[in-house]
Amino acid sequence: MKIIYTDVLIIGGGLAGLRVATGVKRRGHDAVVLSLVPPKRSHSAAAQGGMQASLANCKMGEGDNEDVHFSDTIKGSDWGADQLVARMFVHCAPKAIRELAAWGVPWSRVHRGDHSAIMNAQKVTISERDEAHGLITARDFGGTKKWRTCYTSDGTGHSMLYAMDNKAHEEEVEIHERQEAMSLIVDDGRCYGVVSRNLMSGELVAYVAKATTIATGGYGRIYSISTNAIICQGTGQALALESGIATLGNMEAIQFHPTAIVPVGILTTEGCRGDGGLLLDKDGYRFMPDYEPEKKELASRDVVSRRMTEHMRKGKGVKSRYGDHLWLDITILGREHIEKNLREVKEICENFLGIDPAVNWIPVRPTQHYSMGGIRTKYTGESQTLRGLYSCGEAACWDMHGFNRLGGNSVSETVVAGMLVAEYISDFCDSNESSMHIHSSKIESSIKEEKAKLEALLTKQNGEDAYVLRRRMEAIMMEKVGIFRNEKDLQEAVDELEELYKRSKNIEVFRSKSRAANPALVNAYRTQKMLKVALTVAYGALLRQESRGAHSREDFPERDDENWLKRTITSWPDANQTLPSVSYEEIPVESMELPPGFRGYGKDLTKHHHATHARETTVAVIREQLEKEGASRFEIQSALMPFLDKLPPKYRGTNERLGENV
Amino acid sequence: MSEIEAARTLKINILRFDPNDPNDFPHMQTFEIEESAGMTLYIVLNEIREHHDNALMFDFVCRAGICGSCSMLINGRPGLACRTLTSKMDTNITLAPLPLFELIKDLSIHTGNWMRGLNERLETWIHDKEHELNVDKLEEPMEPALADEIYELDRCIECGCCVAGCGTIQMRPDFVGAVGLNKIARYHLDPRDKRSDEEYYELIGDENGVFGCMTLLGCEDVCPKDLPLQSKIAYLRRMMLKVAL
Repeated sequence: MKIIYTDVLIIGGGLAGLRVATGVKRRGHDAVVLSLVPPKRSHSAAAQGGMQASLANCKMGEGDNEDVHFSDTIKGSDWGADQLVARMFVHCAPKAIRELAAWGVPWSRVHRGDHSAIMNAQKVTISERDEAHGLITARDFGGTKKWRTCYTSDGTGHSMLYAMDNKAHEEEVEIHERQEAMSLIVDDGRCYGVVSRNLMSGELVAYVAKATTIATGGYGRIYSISTNAIICQGTGQALALESGIATLGNMEAIQFHPTAIVPVGILTTEGCRGDGGLLLDKDGYRFMPDYEPEKKELASRDVVSRRMTEHMRKGKGVKSRYGDHLWLDITILGREHIEKNLREVKEICENFLGIDPAVNWIPVRPTQHYSMGGIRTKYTGESQTLRGLYSCGEAACWDMHGFNRLGGNSVSETVVAGMLVAEYISDFCDSNESSMHIHSSKIESSIKEEKAKLEALLTKQNGEDAYVLRRRMEAIMMEKVGIFRNEKDLQEAVDELEELYKRSKNIEVFRSKSRAANPALVNAYRTQKMLKVALTVAYGALLRQESRGAHSREDFPERDDENWLKRTITSWPDANQTLPSVSYEEIPVESMELPPGFRGYGKDLTKHHHATHARETTVAVIREQLEKEGASRFEIQSALMPFLDKLPPKYRGTNERLGENV
Repeated sequence: MSEIEAARTLKINILRFDPNDPNDFPHMQTFEIEESAGMTLYIVLNEIREHHDNALMFDFVCRAGICGSCSMLINGRPGLACRTLTSKMDTNITLAPLPLFELIKDLSIHTGNWMRGLNERLETWIHDKEHELNVDKLEEPMEPALADEIYELDRCIECGCCVAGCGTIQMRPDFVGAVGLNKIARYHLDPRDKRSDEEYYELIGDENGVFGCMTLLGCEDVCPKDLPLQSKIAYLRRMMLKVAL
């Protein structure tokens, strides 16, 4: 039996995981990162368009600050987000980006003087300030009041991940590649690490740690078409679920990105529309202004995806053998702009579609893209129910995105959450509370359990084919738990997924019986886990009888704050149950800085919470009073919803901007 | 491929070997696959795994040409399988793992530990011991054109194609390859990295570094990101020569 001890174990080598590892290492704790792939190949690298941080350097970002970023994020979430967490996030995003700048990310910079841009299909000239020359610039993204999305061409995630991985090297973080966490080691309500499988040799190893962090990203691959990397299979969420103790939050909150290419589902960045690209229908007609006259193509992602789907349902889609699609036109941006700022998009168009996007329109349609839900945590990143287990990044629901994430807020979340959670974990490791009390026989039995499960898969006879179950699951999720949802489809989805889940207990690995590197075995156990995750999504969606953000019910079109201003919490306490247990967590209106309102898209169908009006009045009175007294925006904010005391002391400082706090 | 044309049958020949199986030996195996529109080698290999041989090992992550996982020899030439369209190829396609890297199984190779070793050896991170960062302060300005130039070299995806396409490394296994030299060029360009020319010379001023390159330039020919490897190696060589003199 092989056991590796460390202080902090991190599952997942993307931006969030590497930032946690680097942070705890700098606080003097040992860290081991387990990763399915070399960390630089993680899905973080696929983020193209950028990272939101309210630096306010470029002309179109002038006047931006934490308050505006906060308001955009909360509205974007359709008031589903935890406002305290969102506040902590917007306060730290400028710090995180400046840290990454020092660690080597070649952020695109402001150039003084005039440059031209395309806005609302018109060429405009923007004049940048002298004093901003050389500072980090930003582009426009959907659902934001200011140009706030900082970028390196359209390879932002790649540059961030490389800088982060290099920093982790420098800090001598230990990386164990091609390791797959199979189960959490849990004893007496406390997580002590994982049993991990070496994907090359098949060896099972126990990693025992004071704190374990799941940073494995989202679960997009439970859908048949997703922009996600193929390793984004929700195994991190399944790990938490299978502990029987940890809980998941808002699993039904799934984002569809408006512009993935057809048919393969590879993303073209929101930067295409941010930089002035248009959506056109089969007649070459620009339809978004008809639906959303104000924000047009740059409405929030959930809104644009729904409008596109509506428009295609009216017969305005372009027919193809892969189903209907629409066009993304970036030809108006000009070749020079595309080759400098949208070059990954250009390469993708050339390599996968055989077209030149400076000349041809790009076939696109809404495609599964992001998991707002995940492992439910406190603001510290620790599971609400399982001590010693932490989670951050897309894997987690801490919960800053609510029911819809803004473009540019995901990579930003990874590094901010990583930065903060590293401090909270370090505090935990420094305290007596982290001392470990686990018998080695418990660790041994955890390994034996995993070994037995694998043997069963390899030796079973007349069992089920994992591929058949998985493909069916993917199709159900796509057809019945998609952009528009209704009770009939969701009920059918839950029933059939439950049936598939029962059958998955009887999976047999056909032909390929190797205990070492064996893709068939991997597919078998991952399919079992993915089915559990798919059930939490479908079941949560069935029960939520309202429309909020990306969760859109045709039979319940209103956002119902009175009954549904709450988070869906799912868990799997008994290994023999075939549906997840569901409970709800209230989102208190009384403590909101920004009380629930109308997002400004389409018709206002909100059924307000009974406490909303009172809170609006309280907020208005406090604000008016303090403004009269000449209070600063920081003092007003603090009176409405104090948050600084929750942050690690080193991140409480006020952010500098040109013309503010310098 | 138009809809009415009869679909082609592709013959996919794969070099297979499982080092974990004492009874296995390297051998070619051929699979026949019916071509479909827009088919890439990513689709081909997954179809083989799902319908013909579920033990076939290969690596894909992003399947969009940006993560560098799926580099392999495609008809003898290093390239990214995910973005190779079959429509641009003959019906007879031969796939083999990239040479020089540790073989995991079939087409799966251990580029991760090779690249990690390289990064550690060349210390590919910003060296700035003096500077204590205050994250509340405005960031240091950088000339916009310089930031763009650094990004250009930062686009390397560590796929290993340049290593597999390199003649020098066949003779000098410790040669850092174009991937390593490009990284040094990138950090040398970056004013945030305070290493001196002499310190860079210590890293690459020998035959395992910039003076080992025989200028065969297979690296530039096969780089899927079209990095300017040739001009950067030439530049580094001139610079290192100056330091040596």
